[in-house]
Amino acid sequence: MPLLQVDRLSIGFGGIQALAGVRLTIDQEEILTVIGPNGSGKTTLFNCISGVYKPDAGEVNFEGESLLGLSPDLIAQRGIARTFQNLRLFLHMTVLDNLLLGRHIKFRRNPVHAFLRIRREELRHRGVVEEIIDFLDLQAYRQVRVSDCPYGVQKRVEMGRALAMEPRLLLLDEPIAGLTSEEKDETAYRITEIRGRYRTAILLVEHDLRIASKLADRMIALDYGKKIAQGTPEEVQKTPEVIKAYLGED
Amino acid sequence: MTQFLQYVISGLATGSVYALVALGLALIYRSTRILHFGHGDVTTAGTFFAFTLLGLKAHFIIAFGAALLFGAVLAMAFYFCVLIPAQRREATQLGQIILTVGLGLILQGLVAHFGGTEPQSFPFPLSDTRIYRLGGLVVSQLSLGTFGIGLLACLLFYLLVQKTRLGLAMRATSENLPAAQTMGIPTRQILALSWGLAALLGVLAGLFLAPALLLDPFFMLEPFLKGFAAAILGGLNSLPGAIVGGLILGVSESLAGGYVSIAFKNTFAFLVIILVLMVRPEGLLGEEFIERV
Repeated sequence: MPLLQVDRLSIGFGGIQALAGVRLTIDQEEILTVIGPNGSGKTTLFNCISGVYKPDAGEVNFEGESLLGLSPDLIAQRGIARTFQNLRLFLHMTVLDNLLLGRHIKFRRNPVHAFLRIRREELRHRGVVEEIIDFLDLQAYRQVRVSDCPYGVQKRVEMGRALAMEPRLLLLDEPIAGLTSEEKDETAYRITEIRGRYRTAILLVEHDLRIASKLADRMIALDYGKKIAQGTPEEVQKTPEVIKAYLGED
Repeated sequence: MTQFLQYVISGLATGSVYALVALGLALIYRSTRILHFGHGDVTTAGTFFAFTLLGLKAHFIIAFGAALLFGAVLAMAFYFCVLIPAQRREATQLGQIILTVGLGLILQGLVAHFGGTEPQSFPFPLSDTRIYRLGGLVVSQLSLGTFGIGLLACLLFYLLVQKTRLGLAMRATSENLPAAQTMGIPTRQILALSWGLAALLGVLAGLFLAPALLLDPFFMLEPFLKGFAAAILGGLNSLPGAIVGGLILGVSESLAGGYVSIAFKNTFAFLVIILVLMVRPEGLLGEEFIERV
């Protein structure tokens, strides 16, 4: 059974059909990349999976259970974490606090139990967060307010916050957009590392075709809310519709 | 000099009550962007609840505890039963603010109906007339208790917001609600809890004000307006600002009443606020929220 199964997903805003019958599946620990020109529905797809939008029709199943009708916080608790194209960080908090917020859902629910073991719990969560700080090379920024960090660091913080949730599915919305070329390569390397280290599947929206094809196990292409191609990165890039819709711009 | 200190001390006691009211208003504003015009009336309702229980010979501790809880439940019920349905129907910010005015008017009517409109004296364990002397200074037991409780409540509240996991979730929710939701934080429950906590702080202020004033359905109107002013003075979205604003307002109006004229007591305080806001429109400790596009 696939980890995530999206079937005939459709949603419209006013007269615009943002998604029209999109199907896709992701397996455990797989990296699936979604490409497509601006306005092709990539981010809308993310918003439907993470519960920000309610689709008009279709199915979203995660680990065999439907996610439709669940609020974003309940979907996060099921094990889906995401990042945003325009970063949604807690700018007034430190980097460390932002990462610790990712642990919020992992604390024990029962307050009495939690109180008794609070020390050990706390240490465990700190441990996980420190490991992420090392992995993303954020030591120098631990106690810095996020609003005072450079853009590249903020992007890493957002990824770290999602990782702290120990998701089984990670949704990354343009994780390398706006970075310097050196940072882009670093981030690409980290994304491949994440899969092995955190045993999570990754659904990736990306504009940069070179890096998108390097990272992807499989790729799908969207245009005007419709899926126009799927397969290996090479296959997708050879599809005439993709060349016309996406590469034809160049 | 002694007289100056005397005015400051009595100002601090009143100021701590304003701080509690302001804290509640700031808490609600920063997490939901709603100016809660029914806050004073929720407080009045809670205080009347305590008054009724005391009339039934309940112990002070039980009556006060129940009143705090009553106020909190009232505010949370309003959030869940009125505000959330209104938000589902896409009520504007202004519409939601008007709803809080409505809540205030309804509660005013209910309190007048069940509690009567005659001013009544509120029995209290601390006395207004028993006084302590320290050097040349005089302070009543009630003022001392009010200041102590106000300070303690502010401290506990600070610890809750800054040092606990719940507080972290509250800060996250008020700073960026969609992001908090993606972190798996149940933002609706957190916001309801903020409304409840705000009411609890308000009722606490009401309980300590009632013995100093007389209890009637409108006794919180002036303290509510002062609390509002204090919150704006401190910067509406800043919690420490609300506390500082409350204390400054209390002291400055006490000084104005003492040195200028008692008739100027209210005027002068608001004059101070106008001056401060002309220099710092975002309030003393307020920060302009940065909106990302």
